[in-house]
Amino acid sequence: MRPILLQGHERSLTQIKFNAEGDLLFSCSKDHIINVWFSHNGERLGTYEGHNGTVWTVDVDSESRFMVSGAADNTLRLWEVATGKCLYTWEFPTAVKRVAFKDDDSQVVCITEQRMGHQCAIRVFDIDREGDGTNQSETPRYMFYPIGSKATVCAFTPTPNVIITGHESGKVALFNVKSGEEINNNERAHGDVVTDLQLSKDGTYCVTSSKDKSARIHDTKTLMVIKTYTTETPLNSAAIAPGRPYVLLGGGQEAMSVTTTSLRQGKFETRFWHKVFEEEVGRVKGHFGPINTIAVHPAGTCYASGGEDGFVRVHHFDDSYFKAKPYGDLDIAD
Amino acid sequence: MPSANADDIDYTDIEEKYRVQYDESFDQTLIVDGVPIIDKSKLDRLLAKICKEFARKGVAIRPDDIFMPWDDTTGKSKGYLFADFRTVDDANLALSALHNHPFDSKHTFKINRFTDVEAFANMDETYTEPEVEPFTPKEHLRAWLADPQGRDQYVTYRGDDVEIYWHGKPSQSELAFKPEWRDFLYVAWSPLGTYIATLHRQGVRLWGGPSWKPQQRFAHPLVKLIDFSPCENYLVTWSNEPIVVPEGAAQGPQYFSPDDEGNNIAVWDIKSGHLLRTFSTTNDSDLPATKKQMQWPALKWSPDDKFVARVTPGQMISVHELPSMYLHGKKSLKIEGVLDFEWCPQGEKDKEDADKDAKALNGAATKPVAKKARENMLAYWTPEVANQPARVTLLGFPSRTILRQKNLFNVTECKLYWQNQGDFLCVKVDRHTKTKKSIFCNLEIFRVREKDYPVEVVELKDTVMDFSWEPKGERFAIVSSSDPNLGNPGPGITIKTDVSFYQLDHAKNDFRLLRTLTSRTSNAIRWSPRGRHVVLATVGSSSKSELEFWDLDFNVEDTGRREQASKEDWGSGIQLLGTVDHYGVTDVEWDPSGRYLATSASAWTHTLENGFAIWDFRGQEIVKRIQDRFKQFIWRPRPPTLLTKDQQKQIRRNLREYGRSFDEEDAAEESNVSAELIALRKRLVDEWNAWRALCKKEHAEVRVQKHGKAEESQEEKEEIEVWVDEVIEQIEEVVVE
Repeated sequence: MRPILLQGHERSLTQIKFNAEGDLLFSCSKDHIINVWFSHNGERLGTYEGHNGTVWTVDVDSESRFMVSGAADNTLRLWEVATGKCLYTWEFPTAVKRVAFKDDDSQVVCITEQRMGHQCAIRVFDIDREGDGTNQSETPRYMFYPIGSKATVCAFTPTPNVIITGHESGKVALFNVKSGEEINNNERAHGDVVTDLQLSKDGTYCVTSSKDKSARIHDTKTLMVIKTYTTETPLNSAAIAPGRPYVLLGGGQEAMSVTTTSLRQGKFETRFWHKVFEEEVGRVKGHFGPINTIAVHPAGTCYASGGEDGFVRVHHFDDSYFKAKPYGDLDIAD
Repeated sequence: MPSANADDIDYTDIEEKYRVQYDESFDQTLIVDGVPIIDKSKLDRLLAKICKEFARKGVAIRPDDIFMPWDDTTGKSKGYLFADFRTVDDANLALSALHNHPFDSKHTFKINRFTDVEAFANMDETYTEPEVEPFTPKEHLRAWLADPQGRDQYVTYRGDDVEIYWHGKPSQSELAFKPEWRDFLYVAWSPLGTYIATLHRQGVRLWGGPSWKPQQRFAHPLVKLIDFSPCENYLVTWSNEPIVVPEGAAQGPQYFSPDDEGNNIAVWDIKSGHLLRTFSTTNDSDLPATKKQMQWPALKWSPDDKFVARVTPGQMISVHELPSMYLHGKKSLKIEGVLDFEWCPQGEKDKEDADKDAKALNGAATKPVAKKARENMLAYWTPEVANQPARVTLLGFPSRTILRQKNLFNVTECKLYWQNQGDFLCVKVDRHTKTKKSIFCNLEIFRVREKDYPVEVVELKDTVMDFSWEPKGERFAIVSSSDPNLGNPGPGITIKTDVSFYQLDHAKNDFRLLRTLTSRTSNAIRWSPRGRHVVLATVGSSSKSELEFWDLDFNVEDTGRREQASKEDWGSGIQLLGTVDHYGVTDVEWDPSGRYLATSASAWTHTLENGFAIWDFRGQEIVKRIQDRFKQFIWRPRPPTLLTKDQQKQIRRNLREYGRSFDEEDAAEESNVSAELIALRKRLVDEWNAWRALCKKEHAEVRVQKHGKAEESQEEKEEIEVWVDEVIEQIEEVVVE
């Protein structure tokens, strides 16, 4: 099917996210705004205005009631999805690089940047879901400074009070948020900065992408590397396609060197890799800048990619995608 | 606690450590013989004179350091003296500078090291039989040819790693060897594939045999380029740094001697490793301003390894005989203005004739040889000077007879292209119009096998960028262009070109155009080594990288009927088999069997998508590996076949029968491969599923713990029944009773 081109941002995309049902798509960008779209037709539902800097990250709860966003204006904001109202704002000394909801929506984790003498910090806030949502506590429930290389991405794991983080050095680690203690780590998970980390549906494994041109699937409990996908370009994002045995990888040449090279050399395609066989099965072209972020519909019926070029492209999968059995009749668990 | 007695402490280790090193050797003492015999009155004057002599040669010495023994009975000196130098280096210098130095008309210094004299005096005079080393059979250097599957090898150089692979069917393509060679510039095969050479800082190393043991080495420091002779008997090395022979360097036939200093080309014998001769690339006549890029190979070998020649532009061609490396006939070929030359290659037939000749000579046979092998030939050209036209000359060698000459006018540049069997010579003549504004091209084709060497001209309007003969064939291909951008290359400029094929028409005895392919970007022609197939490639361009696979005898079943068919419909057999794209391709090379084509993108040229690909002759991709820092891909060359013409014919006739067994192998192979692959995939899926099952179980337990109650009751799927009532029609009927 023809991809839907979402043209609502003036600058490059930083993160996109589907809600739990997959009918809404949230996108945030360097132009300070967050947009929400209907994923089936690409119509824009609304815009969340208020941030005063690059919005680095966004996440939405499982009821699609609240949405959190982190930005370079050093704030973390809580929004009401339906009205676009900013319910609460937390302020920090440095920019917020990553936010994530807990699967029961009761907590939010955020990473703040290491800058101007401030260390990289990980904070967990309780979200008060009673009332209108404006009554949030200002102080974090837990807060700690990860030792060593700074964290770039994070997510809650199914294990209570444990988060998984990806670091600038390529390390992937598990932290106990209560104590701030590093439970487990894999220093050599990647050779360069970890750019994205997305959990599987049940949270038992996750896929990470890195500038070292590879993506990997890790067991979220043991941090064992299960699969490795090696490409020839730095990767910015990796996502798992539910229902089909694929992972989607996106990236491309560094944004700064893009202007000196042609489209073909940039490798700005979304790559589909077979999750189990570690073989590339296909590519989808379209962006004319590096792909910064990829998200797959929770039901696996479509996917969206956001690029340095400022566009979001939503691709609905054709029938053949679901019917094709390129490797024969194999039953692969999700 | 016992008190420490100073005498009991063992100081030897400390003493050992801080001991002053006395120089006890006599290495800096020399014995000078041949000193005039004098009496005491002249001693001072003599010593002063000797000191002056030494100082003049750059080794200062004081009279105090000289000890002169005296014969007390006669009151005269003994005619020799001992000289002490400050350092061993000084002594060595003095030894080399003043040994055999004529002191005056009657006296010549003979200098020896003091230690040497002692050593020679104490030498054991009894002769001991040198031990004969047990004979160890050498490995067969061509063992790779005995591969039962007839596979070819190739070498790849990536990052710091060299790997040698077999290339065959998918299951037979495997790593042959991964050497531990370190710190070298690049690798190169010898022309018949026997050796592989690596260029190190210290020199060249050759490796070979089934175990890839070092076979030979040539100490040419900082070597940059090498060139093998066609029969692999000799090696030429070049370094941009002139040869320097340092003090105390290793000596022997395998090393440079002081005579070689300042030169930068060396010729070596491969089997013995001996240095044959060195040359200098800089000509004295060359002005530094007019210095052009060096031609490589600088020395050109005759196809039978008997001669090697080099040109001194504008003056002469010097031909040296092998293995002595003496100038043939003691004089060079003086040719006013000569710019370039090429040896005529030896065809298969010539080789057979030459072999027969050699046999006849060896056996001292009295029976007459039916046909003498063709003499070596070389072609050279001289540019226009004043009233003299430019000229291309065919010369027989060693007889030095001029076989054919052709005068040319308005010439800017000539290039000589021999067909690989030595049947034809094409001279590509770039000519300028009278105004010298535009350049066009003539091809002067010499038919060398025919009587009187007939020459025929193909005139073209465009500039010819590349020319290539079909190996063993009567066709050639040219890339021509009339693009205005030609000659001023710039980034992003892709030059439009035309590719044309020509063939010898036997009826008319001239070369006729077969077909022209217009508006391409191709700039390289690569004929299959067996002829017939040709690949047109666009290399070195940042935007285009097309490869076109062409078959020139598409309609012909077997090559035996080729001539007949081509007469029927001229040029109709040319067929495009496939077009592919290898982004950023820098090198295109056929394998020696003509079955596969390798394309590579080398990190030496650019750093985008480096790697290599192997295609079959139809352009089907077989292997593609994109690898960072990929540098080099080279097929291992094969020596010419040992089968005779008849045997080859026999095989061609029974091709079907041979083919059957190969077909069977292929079928078995295919099912094997797919079975293996399926098994592998099955295993991977099973592993994955098992892991997932385990995860799910653990996950479920965690959830049970977390919520204290089983959540299973909560259905994941929600079934919603929707009843849709649709009113299709409403009819009111009035029933009248």
